[in-house]
Amino acid sequence: MKYLVLAAGLLSTTAANADVPELTVYTYDSFVSDWGPGPAVEAAFEKICGCDLKLVGAGDGAALLARIRLEGARSDADVVLGLDTSLTAAAKASGLFADHTVEADYSLPLTWTDKTFVPYDWGYFSFVHNADAPAPANFKALAASDVKIIIQDPRSSTPGLGLLLWVKAAYGDEAPAIWADLSDNIVTVTKGWSEAYGLFLEGEADMVLSYTTSPAYHLIAEEDASKAAALFDEGHYLQIEVAGKLAASDQPELADQFLDFMVSEAFQSIIPTTNWMYPAVTPAAGLPAGFETLVQPGISLLLSEDEAASLRDVALDEWLTALSQ
Amino acid sequence: MLRLENCLIENGGFQLRADLTIARGSRVAVIGPSGAGKSTLIEAVAGFRPLRRGAMFWNETALAQIEPGKRPVAMLFQDGNLFPHLTVAQNVGLGIRANLHLDVAKRAQVQAALVRVGLQDMADRRPAALSGGQQSRVALARVLVQGRDLLLLDEPFAALGPALKAEMLDLVGELVAESGATLLMVSHDPNDARRIADQVVLVAEGQAHPPMDTASLLDNPPPALKAYLG
Amino acid sequence: MADCAQPVSPRLGIGAAIVVAALILGTLAAVALRAEPGRGLGSSDWAALRFTLIQACLSAGLSVALAIPVARALARRRFVGRRLLISLLGAPFILPVIVAILGLLTVFGRAGWFSSGLALLGLEPVQIYGLHGVVLAHVFFNLPLATRLVLQGWQEIPAERFRLAAQLGADARAMRQLLEFPMLKRIVPGALAVVFAICLSSFAVALTLGGGPRATTIELAIYQAFRFDFDLGRAALLSGLQLVLTGAAALVAVRVSAGEGFGTGLDRPLQRWDGSTAGARIVDGLWIVLAAGFLLLPLSAIVLAGLPGMLTLTAAVWWAALNSILVAALSTVLLLLLALPMATAVALGRGGVIELAGILGLAASPLVIGTGLFIVIYPIADPFSLALPVTALVNAVMALPFALRILVPRARAVVGRYGRLALSLDMRGGAFVWRVLLPRMRPQIGFAAGLAAALSMGDLGVIALFADPEFATLPLQVYRLMGAYRMETAAAAALLLLALSMAAFWILDRGGRWHAEA
Repeated sequence: MKYLVLAAGLLSTTAANADVPELTVYTYDSFVSDWGPGPAVEAAFEKICGCDLKLVGAGDGAALLARIRLEGARSDADVVLGLDTSLTAAAKASGLFADHTVEADYSLPLTWTDKTFVPYDWGYFSFVHNADAPAPANFKALAASDVKIIIQDPRSSTPGLGLLLWVKAAYGDEAPAIWADLSDNIVTVTKGWSEAYGLFLEGEADMVLSYTTSPAYHLIAEEDASKAAALFDEGHYLQIEVAGKLAASDQPELADQFLDFMVSEAFQSIIPTTNWMYPAVTPAAGLPAGFETLVQPGISLLLSEDEAASLRDVALDEWLTALSQ
Repeated sequence: MLRLENCLIENGGFQLRADLTIARGSRVAVIGPSGAGKSTLIEAVAGFRPLRRGAMFWNETALAQIEPGKRPVAMLFQDGNLFPHLTVAQNVGLGIRANLHLDVAKRAQVQAALVRVGLQDMADRRPAALSGGQQSRVALARVLVQGRDLLLLDEPFAALGPALKAEMLDLVGELVAESGATLLMVSHDPNDARRIADQVVLVAEGQAHPPMDTASLLDNPPPALKAYLG
Repeated sequence: MADCAQPVSPRLGIGAAIVVAALILGTLAAVALRAEPGRGLGSSDWAALRFTLIQACLSAGLSVALAIPVARALARRRFVGRRLLISLLGAPFILPVIVAILGLLTVFGRAGWFSSGLALLGLEPVQIYGLHGVVLAHVFFNLPLATRLVLQGWQEIPAERFRLAAQLGADARAMRQLLEFPMLKRIVPGALAVVFAICLSSFAVALTLGGGPRATTIELAIYQAFRFDFDLGRAALLSGLQLVLTGAAALVAVRVSAGEGFGTGLDRPLQRWDGSTAGARIVDGLWIVLAAGFLLLPLSAIVLAGLPGMLTLTAAVWWAALNSILVAALSTVLLLLLALPMATAVALGRGGVIELAGILGLAASPLVIGTGLFIVIYPIADPFSLALPVTALVNAVMALPFALRILVPRARAVVGRYGRLALSLDMRGGAFVWRVLLPRMRPQIGFAAGLAAALSMGDLGVIALFADPEFATLPLQVYRLMGAYRMETAAAAALLLLALSMAAFWILDRGGRWHAEA
């Protein structure tokens, strides 16, 4: 084994310079990928912090939280970036997170008062479809139509859980009936977003659960205006992505500095065209061209984190029951 | 001198009794009906069959607890006597050192053995490139370098034609004459026995009989042998 | 005692089996011990168990049932490209799941080639999602494996038997009774058990093709327990359940069959006298064309999807490819270090427990192994620095069941044929291993190494918990590209992955046979 460890050490290109403090940020995998915000964020923060920013990808948001709970107070992580409001209640209950001191002029569709977590971007869940095809105006119209959709499994996917809470927030006790009516529209349920979106692009369904910002990628990166997000009149569920500082961090000042940086111009201007979400604080130059074409939901739906936590299991049972018939 | 004292040899459900002595330097054919236990007998001598009872000695050394490769025995099986992936010289060299780390002197010894069996030009070939007779010669060259006191043959030449088989038996005869080794060979052909063996051990009805003079036994066979010879 | 004498000791193999068992069961125990009181198994878990068993039984049954005629056709026909076809048949097995799903749906999906063809004829598109879709996908993955197992059985029937049967004037039916049924009775249980065990731990395939939560398998329930409920106790329980099911299937198979493997020697069409009628030729030809079409069409879809994006591949993808090659190489070495001693020990008659330890790798949940290893390693070492060895080790253990099935029969044959000769020459231990065992097993070692390398290359590999930010493998990059909307580049990266896996397999498999003497 010694040789293996040695080999692994040789391969690791992380230069651990003893003089420079290291800030470790755990985040979801797509954030650190070469096509995500990670590389630009790292460069921008290291320019001002005199530190080494180490971004560690660990699956998706839920896997991230599980990881932190496994590691507990011994964790090397100083900051966790990438939870959303369906996970923050459980994250707080773990007692592993410390309060923040960040103040910012958020451009969120609601007032942010959370003392533990700082939002860095947000978006609305939405069904994406080909722009030339008509889209239903709400869940009931969708259920009544023969439009085919692909969704993600709430047990293994963040958007999947978002949809569950969306229907619950919009319809409450009526949710099981909505799901029962939707069941014949659902082509299939996938493990994650990538599978679902890939199948949609292959033409397996008319619509796929994604975000209102998804068409912006096709428009801006591919100059392709063929994708659109369907506007639902019962409102769209919000996903607010947040970061928090770990109580056991050995770099608390750096962690605070990172959270401040996170809501600053430098970080926020990276987000729209790498994470394809709305920045939590709109940059001075405004949003990139193309974002103005995106649909604007009339109603923002969001369960409070405590509601989300308490309704989650009920909503999952309803979903499983309705779709397992 | 090979001595089997009151031996009971087990092979599956089959049992063979043997109580006999074979003089040093003699050439003994083991004959008897199919399934009578000829192979069982020499496998026991080689160390591949346990003794249920009794004892076995080479001179004064008890053999029972000695592993096959440590016994004073060289053995050729019915088939599979050569490793197909090793060269002729390597196959012979195994008889000197099993890990094939041979110094110059030992390599010369291998070469000499190949010369003796008439294969001096074949040292670097693989067995597959040799004829059946040549393959037998390689195995015999290895027996030569092994230099063991006892040579056991379990019909290694059975697949050869009559002329070639006779040639091999003659070569075996010459080799044991030169080395003074004791030969114990299984055979189902009385002519083989007459050709090379001065004594015969008859194996029949669960019993290996003490050796008898070849000519007199074959000329006046006891009933069991008579039934076999027909 | 002299009768117990063996040219080599089984101790190393027993040690390797203990390492494997410790890795699988130890990590499970680590997860279980870390658990806080959870809610135990609920009714939805039992439903998952039921669905898992149903789909695994159907998938195994159908894969093997179809493999029999395909293998027979391949065994008695000789045609141009036969060798290439047999090599390509291995491809579905080593594809990353997401790539395979997309390839399958390009052909069989609602908007796939098949449905488009039907639409041209004015027919309704095929409905792929449902239990039959799950089974179809599992047959796609496992038919090649089952075919190789059964094909090996056919090739192990000595040519002389066919000659004898032909001489006795046996017709096709008598031939089946005399030769084929006894062989199938020996081979089929093992093939069923292996495919069953593979399908048992299916998750993304079952969910996606199953069309929804009806198709919840145990592995998905484990995933849910871990990330949705953070209920480690339930994850461990479910994983244990999976291991018990696989162990039971393996035990039944070992008891019914003689643990035959699928070895090599697939290039030698058997000379037979029963398949020469025109009818038999047509039937065989049909089976080969159907199987090749079923397996190769989705592969072609993957190739076609990947080609346009090949030029968009960035340095990050090429680096990831290099990392994957490294993981595959290390994983292959580890696999051989485990599998060779284990195969030898089985050949020496120490079967049972070692074979059981070997097959557990099929059923072990990667999520649970990863989590367990993390719990064990985290307090003593930095998980990131261990990303490479841990990934390689887990991949090696996952490939172990296949390697053993390839190596064991050959090890048995070598020990059986040369054991006594070696003993009589006092050739033991290292000398026997280096001079006889390894050289004689070279083709099988090459085949096993090729399969392990390909499997390791295609595996998602980096268990999220050990994900070194600097060390992304190619399958992970495929997922990341898809996650960043770059579907075309992702398809190209998937094609690169497919090519690398096939190349690794081909090089090692051929290398093993290069100049290998009969």
